[in-house]
Amino acid sequence: MNWIEIKNLQAIPLDEIPRLALDDLRNQTAEKIKSGKRLVQFFGDTESDAITIYAIVADDNNSKLCISSSKTKPEQTYCSMTPEIPSASLFERELYELCRITPEGHPWLKPVRKGVAGIDRSEIPYRFFSMSGEEVHEVGVGPIHAGIIEPGHFRFSCHGEKIFHLEIELGFQHRGVEALFIKNNNRPAYLEKLSESIAGDTVIGHCGTFVRAMESAANILVSRSAKTIRTIALELERIAIHLGDLSALSGDVAYLTGNSVFGALRTKVINTTMAMCGNRFGRGLLTMGGVNYGISPKLKEKIVSTLDELDDAVLLAGEVLFSSASTLERFEKTGIVEKETTIEIGMVGPAARASGVAIDVRADHPFGGYEYFPVHKLTLDSGDVFARAYIRFVEIQQSLKILREQLNNLSESELKKTLAALQPNRFVVSLTEGWRGEIAHVLRTDRDGKIKCLKIKDPSFNNWLAVALAVREEGISDFPLCNKSFNLSYCGFDL
Amino acid sequence: MLDLIKLRKRHGFQAIADVRNAAVMETHRGFPIIDETKYTDDWQKVADVCPTKAITTHPAAIDLGKCIFCGECERASNGAIRFSNDHKIAASKKEHLVIASGTTYAEYRASAIEAREKIHSMFGRSLKLRQVSAGGCNGCEMELAACGNVNFDMGRFGIDFVASPRHADGIVITGPITKNMALALSDAYKSISEPKIVIAVGACTISGGVFADSGETNREFINTVKIDLFIPGCPPHPLTIINAILDFIGKK
Repeated sequence: MNWIEIKNLQAIPLDEIPRLALDDLRNQTAEKIKSGKRLVQFFGDTESDAITIYAIVADDNNSKLCISSSKTKPEQTYCSMTPEIPSASLFERELYELCRITPEGHPWLKPVRKGVAGIDRSEIPYRFFSMSGEEVHEVGVGPIHAGIIEPGHFRFSCHGEKIFHLEIELGFQHRGVEALFIKNNNRPAYLEKLSESIAGDTVIGHCGTFVRAMESAANILVSRSAKTIRTIALELERIAIHLGDLSALSGDVAYLTGNSVFGALRTKVINTTMAMCGNRFGRGLLTMGGVNYGISPKLKEKIVSTLDELDDAVLLAGEVLFSSASTLERFEKTGIVEKETTIEIGMVGPAARASGVAIDVRADHPFGGYEYFPVHKLTLDSGDVFARAYIRFVEIQQSLKILREQLNNLSESELKKTLAALQPNRFVVSLTEGWRGEIAHVLRTDRDGKIKCLKIKDPSFNNWLAVALAVREEGISDFPLCNKSFNLSYCGFDL
Repeated sequence: MLDLIKLRKRHGFQAIADVRNAAVMETHRGFPIIDETKYTDDWQKVADVCPTKAITTHPAAIDLGKCIFCGECERASNGAIRFSNDHKIAASKKEHLVIASGTTYAEYRASAIEAREKIHSMFGRSLKLRQVSAGGCNGCEMELAACGNVNFDMGRFGIDFVASPRHADGIVITGPITKNMALALSDAYKSISEPKIVIAVGACTISGGVFADSGETNREFINTVKIDLFIPGCPPHPLTIINAILDFIGKK
């Protein structure tokens, strides 16, 4: 057995994970991806002087995760997968940056967040990809942008108004999140709150992914009602952000009615989350072992009446937005990402589904409340700004239906179980379909049952390259629109 | 066209008419009330559950600059600490943010924000701000953006976020100040012409928040610059932010 097949959230003993030679791990990972599977993680877990590299490949059609590993040391080299598997590029860059393992033949080992091989990034004279020629010029934007948004640097190579190439430089938001999880592994309440701040727009998504990983490692099963409440919160988060994105996309094309109406609808949704737990983003709701707040019959009634209102309002606002000629003129055929590219670079979430790739963790690797009510995967084909906007519109409607199912599934069971100690030497992969797409947390405990490694992946890690590819050949004035149609996280990427 | 009219009519007017007196939902965790006598066990146990070490003992107190309003201490102290839904919790001095046992909301409010006449005459009718996120998780950023939406409409008071520091009267900082943003932040600050104000938003900016002991932050700038207004929260509610700024510029 070269690989072990497990399910989402299945905790396995560490010694059951096969060990391969590094070259074999590389070759077999590449083979699996070529045969249609998807790279979820490829990372190094450092313990004193040894590094264990884990490869996690998703077999979405069979709801399986294939895992294998290789034990090695820093300064080792292997033949890069990236030239044949572009989706491996960032994983290999990260491995190089954090573990000093060199993927030889990688086309571009630029810094991911910190700097290369232990050298601080401010000390590296970084050279952006550059072009030359008559009338070719560069436009640099950021790290500080014009609005109230997170920092990142964009470097456009343009010919007149037309973008030839966009290079995205991130890492400005790096807060050392993964290290903080290890450093504070004996403070569970702190870890929960830290997971809420991995990306503050994905509080339920990241915190849910983390607490589920912890519960699996501790071998406790949360109650049905806790699972249901978590699912309700996750769907509310999805609806709220999708509405906010439709509002912002409307604003970007100067469609002010859409900007106002979707914005106001979003307020209603986050206020519903606030009614549940006292915070508009769901902070404080989830905890290891369950949830901190229940849904009373009175609150349930209030949520249902909000859903009734949203059903009609979203439909009307969407129909108006998507029948406005001036909006469609800007949305359609702008920022296209082809289906082949989407698969090749390993995109996830609504952005992938808008390009015709049917992946959704809720359906492919069900967790929590989705075990009771399967989710149907929605896709569109055109892969343009229109598709990424419209998929949000249909996903909001789908989520409103899911919410009703889940609300009817509420039972009287206990909200919170006491967390037992984590089992020693366990390995868990926790996947969640957040509003941006697949969130992956990989947790490994040591022989004392302490968290020894938590590898976090926000969907933005998979999707940032798509922004760069989407804007090629577009006018530079369409960049904000294209960027917003993905709405990726800076801090989720930078960690 | 008919649908558009229908949509507009349905939307109506959703701005909060009286931002100064609007209340935040009951469930909101705002100003904490501490009654030390209600918890007879060792207060250190309560302090230990706090994820950001915001609670000190002998006498019991909470530092709002560190607090992330998670409610863990409320559960651990059997209600000796209780978060009310009172939301105007900003202060113009850092030491004001430390809430001692027995302090009432009215007492806190009476001295928390100092409205200076000079600030009022200069910025009372127009205040343009540049926002810089330096490691912010997008929570505070989303609430700052919400201040300008159709519900809160901060622009009605002449307070706006602008695209360039050159156009700004002050800077609004979010995030724990990452090493990689330290230079950009101090450059943005320097680019604003004098006189300028500095507003720190959220637990991360004020104290480092959950990132206080991260090795990837550089808080040199934030520890040396004079901060005029501290707006606590994780993230602060838009009504907390708007009222803080209005109090600071002396709007009635």
